[in-house]
Amino acid sequence: MLRYALKRLISLLISLAVASVVIFAVIEVAPGDPASFMLGVNAQEDTLAALRAELGLDVSKAQRYFNWVGGMLVGDFGTSYTYRTPVSQMIADRLWVSLPLALYALTLSTLIAFPAGIYAAARRGKPGDLTVMGATQLGIAVPNFWFAMMLVLIFAINLRWFNAGGFAGWDQGLWTGLHSLTLPAIALALPQAAILARVMRSSLLDILGEDFMRTARAKGLSRRQALWRHGVRNALIPVLTIIGLQFSFLLAGSIIIEQVFYLPGLGRLVFQAISARDLIVVESVVMLLVFAVITVNFLVDLAYAAVDPRLRSRT
Amino acid sequence: MSLLQIENLSLSIHGADILKKVSLSINPGQIVAVTGESGSGKSMTALAVMKLLPSGAQAQGAIRLEGQDLLTRPEAKMCALRGAAIGMVFQEPMTALNPVKTIGDQVMETILIHKAMPPPQALARAQEVLTRVGLPPDRFPLSRYPHELSGGQRQRVVIAMAIALRPKLLIADEPTTALDVTTQAQILDLLKGLVREYGMGLLMITHDLAVVADMADQIAVMRRGEVVESGATAHLLRNMRHPYTRMLFEASGHQVSLPDAADPRPLLEVTQVTRDYRLPRKGLFGTPGHHRAVDGVSFTLNRGERLGLVGESGCGKSTLTRAILGLKEVQSGEIRLDGQPVFSGHRPNPAVRRKMQVVFQDPYGSFNPRHRVARLITEPFHLLDTPPTGSERQDRIAEMLTAVGLSPDDAGKYIHEFSGGQRQRIAIARALIIRPELILFDEAVSALDVSVRAQILDLLAELCAAYDLTYLFISHDLSVVRTITDRVMVMQAGRIVEQGETEQVFSDPQHPYTRTLIEAAPVLPEIGTHVA
Amino acid sequence: MSRNLILGAVLSSLVLLAALVSFIWTPYDYAALDIPDKLQPPNAQHWFGTDHFGRDMFSMIMVGARTSIAVALVAVGIGMALGVPLGLTAAARKGSWLDEVIMRGNDLVFAFPSLVIAILITAVFGAGAINAIIAIGIFNIPVFARITRGAALSLWEREFILAARVSGKGAARISAEHILPNVANLLIVQGTIQFSLGILAEAGLSYVGLGAQPPTPSWGRMLADAQTMVSFAPHLALIPGLAIIVTVLGLNLLGDGLRDWLDPRIRVARA
Repeated sequence: MLRYALKRLISLLISLAVASVVIFAVIEVAPGDPASFMLGVNAQEDTLAALRAELGLDVSKAQRYFNWVGGMLVGDFGTSYTYRTPVSQMIADRLWVSLPLALYALTLSTLIAFPAGIYAAARRGKPGDLTVMGATQLGIAVPNFWFAMMLVLIFAINLRWFNAGGFAGWDQGLWTGLHSLTLPAIALALPQAAILARVMRSSLLDILGEDFMRTARAKGLSRRQALWRHGVRNALIPVLTIIGLQFSFLLAGSIIIEQVFYLPGLGRLVFQAISARDLIVVESVVMLLVFAVITVNFLVDLAYAAVDPRLRSRT
Repeated sequence: MSLLQIENLSLSIHGADILKKVSLSINPGQIVAVTGESGSGKSMTALAVMKLLPSGAQAQGAIRLEGQDLLTRPEAKMCALRGAAIGMVFQEPMTALNPVKTIGDQVMETILIHKAMPPPQALARAQEVLTRVGLPPDRFPLSRYPHELSGGQRQRVVIAMAIALRPKLLIADEPTTALDVTTQAQILDLLKGLVREYGMGLLMITHDLAVVADMADQIAVMRRGEVVESGATAHLLRNMRHPYTRMLFEASGHQVSLPDAADPRPLLEVTQVTRDYRLPRKGLFGTPGHHRAVDGVSFTLNRGERLGLVGESGCGKSTLTRAILGLKEVQSGEIRLDGQPVFSGHRPNPAVRRKMQVVFQDPYGSFNPRHRVARLITEPFHLLDTPPTGSERQDRIAEMLTAVGLSPDDAGKYIHEFSGGQRQRIAIARALIIRPELILFDEAVSALDVSVRAQILDLLAELCAAYDLTYLFISHDLSVVRTITDRVMVMQAGRIVEQGETEQVFSDPQHPYTRTLIEAAPVLPEIGTHVA
Repeated sequence: MSRNLILGAVLSSLVLLAALVSFIWTPYDYAALDIPDKLQPPNAQHWFGTDHFGRDMFSMIMVGARTSIAVALVAVGIGMALGVPLGLTAAARKGSWLDEVIMRGNDLVFAFPSLVIAILITAVFGAGAINAIIAIGIFNIPVFARITRGAALSLWEREFILAARVSGKGAARISAEHILPNVANLLIVQGTIQFSLGILAEAGLSYVGLGAQPPTPSWGRMLADAQTMVSFAPHLALIPGLAIIVTVLGLNLLGDGLRDWLDPRIRVARA
């Protein structure tokens, strides 16, 4: 188990290192000098040099890369070219919207998908299964931002149950915060829940065909008991993979959904940064997203070992 | 009153008839064997008793357990019977256990699901039955997972689950088919002992007539969903009335006579061949271990000789086969065919490759499903510098298909249009088409029903006469090797422990392992003299 | 043939047809402004109504289909053209350093959702439809590499591959002759699924302004434009949304239908 975790951890660190090099290299390709972009074409050469020094642009590329990575390791993401404030502070503020939104959506998606998938698998081929499968087929086809607009139209504009957008902040209380994230979370969660429910169902159906399920029935377990005691845990293994992948979709998706609801999250930050050519912010946000995805996949790998003893014993 | 009474059981699945008026009965303490080839409906009969039939199954007739009809019993009441009054053991021990639960939990589940006793006693009972089946908790803790056990040990766990509540009836569906012959003997002994000790009735489903003759008090022979003959074992074996029963027994012990081999001149020389596999590291910083799959093997195969290689799974015979074929390099030693090495440098030697062909076990996996027979059997032409084309190619295809008992017209068909036995004929045609000096038969008849197996063995004997074959016949089945080879080698743990003239080795084995193997193999009763 | 297959084929060809016809005919010029007729709900003259500039929505949807299909199709093409050979190579050299490099590379690309790639590209080179194609295409590569490798690995264990090796055929030849034809069905099905995901991704990217730029119509941007008007002109949002749903649903049904139809196990049972 320890060896397995260590191996995964090393692979995590290598992925992060390679990803940071890739991101840095891509941003480096960008034409133009941030300092002259910020000060305009008429800037004096010595003012430019001073600004370059302030932004840490006056050293070699390799040196800049290591400064960037080294800074991130201690929580210093550099200084925004446009706002002249620490990027880490800007990201931290926005993260408090985007991360809860993604987690909220992941929770909703799992809570909807598990019962739906298990229900459909238990009723394979019956009307209940066909209804759930038809609904998921539709759910997969719906773009989440369009669904979000429809939710706004119905629940905010017509029924006035929710605000059409904006985020009051967590200092207004947990309930207020969650309330303003509810419609965005539903919009994000439902299409993902459709995918997850289908995976849960097909994974369970595969397991139902296994020999050990017949063994369980031969012991005297009813169909339902066999499904819960022997089916679900085995079916979780492929489902975990999808949950891991979904986290990255939800995080990316939340960037888009934030546009529908005017939420002050990472998405807003990154789009503002793109139009202002504030590349250090773009670079840092992208690195953070990639870090989140890689870390979640690492956690999923560890969860495998918890579910599957065959992985654990490969000491 | 009999323990289990099946009366006129008919079964159809989605309208297709699977069983037709099957009747049989089992008394307490009695072993009843149901036998037959694939598709005979023997496994369905067992599943019908458990009422674990596939969806769409419709059963008629009666299945009475101690007088109570099971077919009309509601599902909830069947659940109460399964595991408690009727236990079942399945064919595939590797997949019959839940991989994510410990063996202790799985044995205890049988007890707890029926609320037969409170958990502490259930634990004690689980320990007791696991000890009884030969897995004492001090050596096999209840916290073990299935993947930590061998196939035979897993089958013992399955048996422990089935007998934990001392059922009156035990059903065993091909319980030893997936196991090695020595393990098979132990499991069969265990089952016999349990029947005697608990006074259970045992319904045993098996295709292996030697096992049947050895174990059963009563036999029922099935073919295409019908019981063609049944009766007490000794009586039935003496007076086989139905021609199918006779055919089955004759095919099981089928003998062929091989033509005399030519003068011995060495063809394949294997000297001191060793092949290791790396094992996963033990511990965090341990050095990776090695598993020596083939350990200093040397032998010579003469031209025109039919050599057998027997051994149990994991003994290294597949690795040795792959090494001879040039599919795997060896760490040390040398393999020469006709004086030339199989590997030159690190690459397989094409000049040697064209002198060798192989026939594999699985008639279903041996062919690309997207190609026609003509293309399939001419694949070895790739080895030739100037492969035949045009009418010459057509003639070779036609000749080969005819030689293996198929029609030249079959060249245009796809592989799914053929049965398992026909596919094995096509595999032989593919091996023969470039007239190799040596053919390897890798468990080539092991997946076939006995009647088909007998036909393929006859075909091999014919081809030996027509084409002067030299072959290495790799098999775990001693009875087949005994009739189809001149000389035999016995392999154990990577080494060849005994080799010699086949008859000599079988009638007077020298090495203790050879003796164990031969003693463990169930023997068909002599029937020839009694056939009416 | 199943109902899924037929329904999926009908819906997908409907969208494809609309895109193709748009090259030679649309009811109106999709770019023609007609301010007096703006924001009309669907009616006899304008089947899907008009937008805030009075442009004909039906024409815009037809031309938008072109953008969506072009982006998604090229992206699937990139994914297949690079992913399939990588997967075949990794499977043929299973366990070697090459396999390891390819698979680790795949994992790495998986850590960059296509939106993130699009953000990076746009930040550096500016926005455009090409960005969307590259971003979605890069994300497709590991999808195809992984599925190809997985299917190829189990084929390499099959005895007909051993027989081909005994016949002296090399890894490249076996991959082309035996492996690829036997994974083709799977790739067709996956290609359909990735196509539909590409349509969704393209819509998302152009919605946030990272995809096709004006004046090229695209469904995602039509939705972005509609956002402020959804309370008084809901058809502006409904119609492009339904267009996306019909396309994606059609492709998914087609993929599912093809999977069942092409599955050799099921076909043998039918024969």
